[in-house]
Amino acid sequence: MDDLNEVYNELIMEHSMNSPYKKKLDKSDFCELGHNPNCGDEISIEVQLDGNIIKDMAFSGHGCAISQASTSVMIETLRGKTIEEAREIIQTFIDMIKREIVDEKELERLEDAIAFKNISNMPARVKCALLAWHTMEEILNKNGK
Amino acid sequence: MNIEEIRKDFPIFENKNIAYLDSGATTQKPNAVIDTVNEYYKNENANIHRGAYSLSMETTMKYEETRAKIAKFINAKFPEEIVFNKNATEGLNLVAYSYGLDNLKQDDEVVISIMEHHSNLVPWQYVTKKTNSKLKYIYMNENYELSKEEIERKITEKTKIVAITHVSNVLGTINDIKSIVKYAHKKGAVVVVDASQSIPHMKIDVQDLNADFLVFSGHKMLAPLGIGILYGKRELLNKMNPFLMGGDMIEYVYEDKTTYAPLPNKFEAGTQNVEGVIGLGAAIDYIEKIGYDNIKKIEDEVVEYALDKLTKLNYLEMYVTPNKENHSSVISFNIKGVHPHDLASILDTFGVCVRSGNHCAQPLLRSMGLDSTCRASFYFYNTKADVDKLIQGLDKAYSMFKKYIK
Repeated sequence: MDDLNEVYNELIMEHSMNSPYKKKLDKSDFCELGHNPNCGDEISIEVQLDGNIIKDMAFSGHGCAISQASTSVMIETLRGKTIEEAREIIQTFIDMIKREIVDEKELERLEDAIAFKNISNMPARVKCALLAWHTMEEILNKNGK
Repeated sequence: MNIEEIRKDFPIFENKNIAYLDSGATTQKPNAVIDTVNEYYKNENANIHRGAYSLSMETTMKYEETRAKIAKFINAKFPEEIVFNKNATEGLNLVAYSYGLDNLKQDDEVVISIMEHHSNLVPWQYVTKKTNSKLKYIYMNENYELSKEEIERKITEKTKIVAITHVSNVLGTINDIKSIVKYAHKKGAVVVVDASQSIPHMKIDVQDLNADFLVFSGHKMLAPLGIGILYGKRELLNKMNPFLMGGDMIEYVYEDKTTYAPLPNKFEAGTQNVEGVIGLGAAIDYIEKIGYDNIKKIEDEVVEYALDKLTKLNYLEMYVTPNKENHSSVISFNIKGVHPHDLASILDTFGVCVRSGNHCAQPLLRSMGLDSTCRASFYFYNTKADVDKLIQGLDKAYSMFKKYIK
């Protein structure tokens, strides 16, 4: 039961139920739909750039608390970062969830997204946590940045 | 029949402290089945229909005896009306391809219900598109049931095939197959029945139902994974082309042509799942030993207890017909504002195994305005204690989420 409260912690619950980023942007450069056909989660991510900087992001769609919170926290973390920094953060997050990082120091760049660390103890939920991050990775890859 | 005694027949309940409420996905296996399969590999294993040696002959006999046992179990007229395959999905595909593709013509209609599992939906979508025929749906009423009026509105003279589930894997609704078959026959259609969710719980008599085809999976009725049954009326199966082709389904093969083996081998190409067949035979023996009357009695008591307890949770939404006589052992539910996937994860920490998602029935859920549900499905080894654990988990989930639910 301790595990449960570590996964569904205050930060994750707040972001999943009351995210400030669940909205439409007035204007966006990229929009990509990520979905997980097994559980029906669908998340659409919008990105607005200012040169090399991620100026703003927002999301819409539906899914479980983990996927919703993970999307919201990802947006909070990546806003204002350069594309290069964003790539590094995304990779670090994916590695953390897949338990491929041993150096705790590396995780510092994740800021609040570190709250998802314990998801790696729940294999059934790893996909939920990664959905938005893979979708964002896709956006950056597709657009050659 | 003592439930504690029954549970002792299922080793997983000795080994794992779980409230297993996912029998609609697959059932746990009794020692009677596990030991039979074990024994088969220790003493009987050989490829059937091929060897001239006694080991292969004996195994072939056992395989064919099991076919006869299954025929008797569902009251088929002839053993060769029983075709072994992988699962209900394969059985439905066989009928869709070998009967549907060859018999449907432009403007013919295939009628299915909105509560079909994808396995009784996607194949019909495919063959109706291929043959330029139409796919029509029987929709539900507010009780999650198929009304007589709606059934008779959709099945017409144009209908050539009606494919319908006996019990919904999401709602637990029991459909009145006998009446549907009667009406469809009057209109000249053949009827395919998906009995996957019914045969574990209730006696199936194919002659009484007068179904033209009926399919089910062994693993949902205590047997090993990977064994399924297609029942088809002999005169229909005889007229149909084979589905899969290769070894053992032939008579003579020349460079440019082949003649096919008679039933049932015509539909059993390649080395068969003998372990599964023999395991299914043991599962049927076990079900008959317990008896459908006892199975129903035990399940009714636990399901009624569950419905009663769940109804009292004012935060819970349930998708169940109020007509108890039309409801089997499946209960779908949601906590408003809590995603079913989160709910299932939380229940898992209480040792409660439920399924969450769309249950391979996306059109059904969409028609209900839902993306997904949690589903608890019961079998005769479940107890009221399992229900109590479920309730405990639900209360915990609600208490975790309630302050955030808008």
